[in-house]
Amino acid sequence: MTKLLEVKNLHTRFKVRNGYLYAVNGVSFTLDKGEMLGVVGESGCGKSVSMMSLIRLLPPAAQITEGEVLLEGQDLAKASASEINTVRGSKVGMIFQDPMTSLNPFMKIGAQLCEGIMYHKKMSRAEAMKQAAKYLDLVGISNSEHRLHEYPHQLSGGMRQRVMIAMALLGEPELVIADEPTTALDVTIQAQIVELVKELREKLNMSIIWITHDLSLLAGMVDRIMVMYGGSVVEEAPIDEIYKNPRHPYTIGLLKSIPSINTVAGSRLPSIAGAPPNLFVEPQSCPFAPRCAYRQERCTREIPPLEPVADDSAHPKHRIACWVDVTKVNAEPKEGSVL
Amino acid sequence: MTVAAKQPLVKVKNLVKYFPIKIGAFGSEKAVVHAIDDVSFDIFKGETLGLVGESGCGKSTTGYTILQIYRSTSGSVEFEGVDLASLSKSELRAMRKKAQIVFQDPYSTLNPRMTIGEALAEPMKVHKIYPEKEIPGRIAQLIRDVGLNPNVANRYPHEFSGGQRQRICIARALACNPEFIVCDEPISALDVSIQAQIINLLMDIQDKYNLTYLFIAHDLAVVRHISDRIAVMYLGKIMEIADKAELFRRPMHPYTKALLSAVPEADPDVERQRKRVILKGDVSNAIDPPSGCRFHHRCAYATDACAQSVPELEDHGEGHQVACLRLDEIALEETLEPAEA
Repeated sequence: MTKLLEVKNLHTRFKVRNGYLYAVNGVSFTLDKGEMLGVVGESGCGKSVSMMSLIRLLPPAAQITEGEVLLEGQDLAKASASEINTVRGSKVGMIFQDPMTSLNPFMKIGAQLCEGIMYHKKMSRAEAMKQAAKYLDLVGISNSEHRLHEYPHQLSGGMRQRVMIAMALLGEPELVIADEPTTALDVTIQAQIVELVKELREKLNMSIIWITHDLSLLAGMVDRIMVMYGGSVVEEAPIDEIYKNPRHPYTIGLLKSIPSINTVAGSRLPSIAGAPPNLFVEPQSCPFAPRCAYRQERCTREIPPLEPVADDSAHPKHRIACWVDVTKVNAEPKEGSVL
Repeated sequence: MTVAAKQPLVKVKNLVKYFPIKIGAFGSEKAVVHAIDDVSFDIFKGETLGLVGESGCGKSTTGYTILQIYRSTSGSVEFEGVDLASLSKSELRAMRKKAQIVFQDPYSTLNPRMTIGEALAEPMKVHKIYPEKEIPGRIAQLIRDVGLNPNVANRYPHEFSGGQRQRICIARALACNPEFIVCDEPISALDVSIQAQIINLLMDIQDKYNLTYLFIAHDLAVVRHISDRIAVMYLGKIMEIADKAELFRRPMHPYTKALLSAVPEADPDVERQRKRVILKGDVSNAIDPPSGCRFHHRCAYATDACAQSVPELEDHGEGHQVACLRLDEIALEETLEPAEA
């Protein structure tokens, strides 16, 4: 597999009234051509900000303070505004969470779809419209010629998300970043969209980064998962490894707290005590330490680096950021008190 | 819960709620949203009835209409033998101490200008269930019951996280010693790691206070965990009600089957083998609902008859009720060709 993207030690922070919010603290990962990566974490864990930092789609208060984002060798973190513009929409496509607010209500579907490719590919309007209709067909919107002349409010939520997907694909990108694309949708519509993305990925052989808070959703979809907490990657592994052999206490807790067909119904769910971390101070120790059942003295002093698991020959490509080897410690995670 | 102990606490009969609205460019046309249309079911004492469905199917409206927060268009809601729909405003208020609600969003349902103590004291003062002197002690007790420290009583909502606020909302619902609580998506605004804490809490206080729940949610895994029975709604109608284990083992309605198959499971092996029933199209509009069975135009088994007559909920043994005209044929088709696309 050839490498498409390499991210090295990425830091992003936001300027706030009394200092900074440290949203992304040293994220590193690689992505191969044609690979699908799931990024999972709770709200505020930095999953969206870190992925938006890749193409610098950030609000003005945000600044990337450190790190490299190498897309086929080009460092996007240092690229000029016009260089980044060329990358967005042509090399990298985006699908956002909320199709209701990401489409312009005053523009017809066709006009919105064409805008990008007319700019990037210097196409004429007529050519672009033809191309747009082709992609609407591809994402399963019937009667596409007619739909091009409709406004977003005339489509349902699922249809609008299909339009968003078509828009992301139009520039024939090598990488698509999907930021919680099904969170605003109902489960039966979510199932439709997931099937569609799986199909399109086979057909177009692109790389996909799928951001979500729903670990169950990723199980049937991605090749590899990256778990984020407090602005850092805490665990990264191929899909089967994550679900069958989780090594970071946070991932373990997260997987256990999801009610599933296998949990005894009516029993108490194992939960993670405490609340997500405060990111207004730059982390000096493991961000999960205050909630961790396996916590040791070292965890509150030093930030653990993301490194291959101890028995890495048996578990290739499995990396964790944790000082403790949970397979060797007997501390059964207990349910802590709150407050 | 044993079958012998089943006594209905809430009996919902032919409940209907329509919302008249204005549509068209200048609000010139009148229309009616058929939010819930002829819904009947019982909620038994001490049980948790889960109510699931997709957004806009009327599940929250059902919860609100049972409590008569929305006055019903027709039908009745019997609570301990009294029809809530026939009560006046003041009579209803007296009933409120017995039937409470926990809302979805703990950020907007606590008054930012009231301390936690004041918020908890208000229902007790309104209903005069405790002498003034006993209220502080009762507040401390409530706060402890929901897993917080009693010294939070003097603090304001903004000082708390989402999970803690939801605990406070639960304490407020408990303040008047209710028998019945409608939980309207109580965890969907919370982070995944916090959700499990709140589910555990709801189950603990149910035991402690002998509560009956109507648990409304769109997350089937959560509903399965907490409920005794589950009702599946689609576009204002109940499609299927059954014991939880029975519903997951033997879903009968085509919509229930599709819904269950759409829920992802956190296990790559399960997901790889899974045969999804992908529904075509979208949920129809509640302003102009389809004739006959509300689900017929998305249903793989629908015939002309489904578009004409409305199926009634029928019992298929041990309280497993299903509203579908073609159950027998579907069962037969599946034995012939078990894996449908």
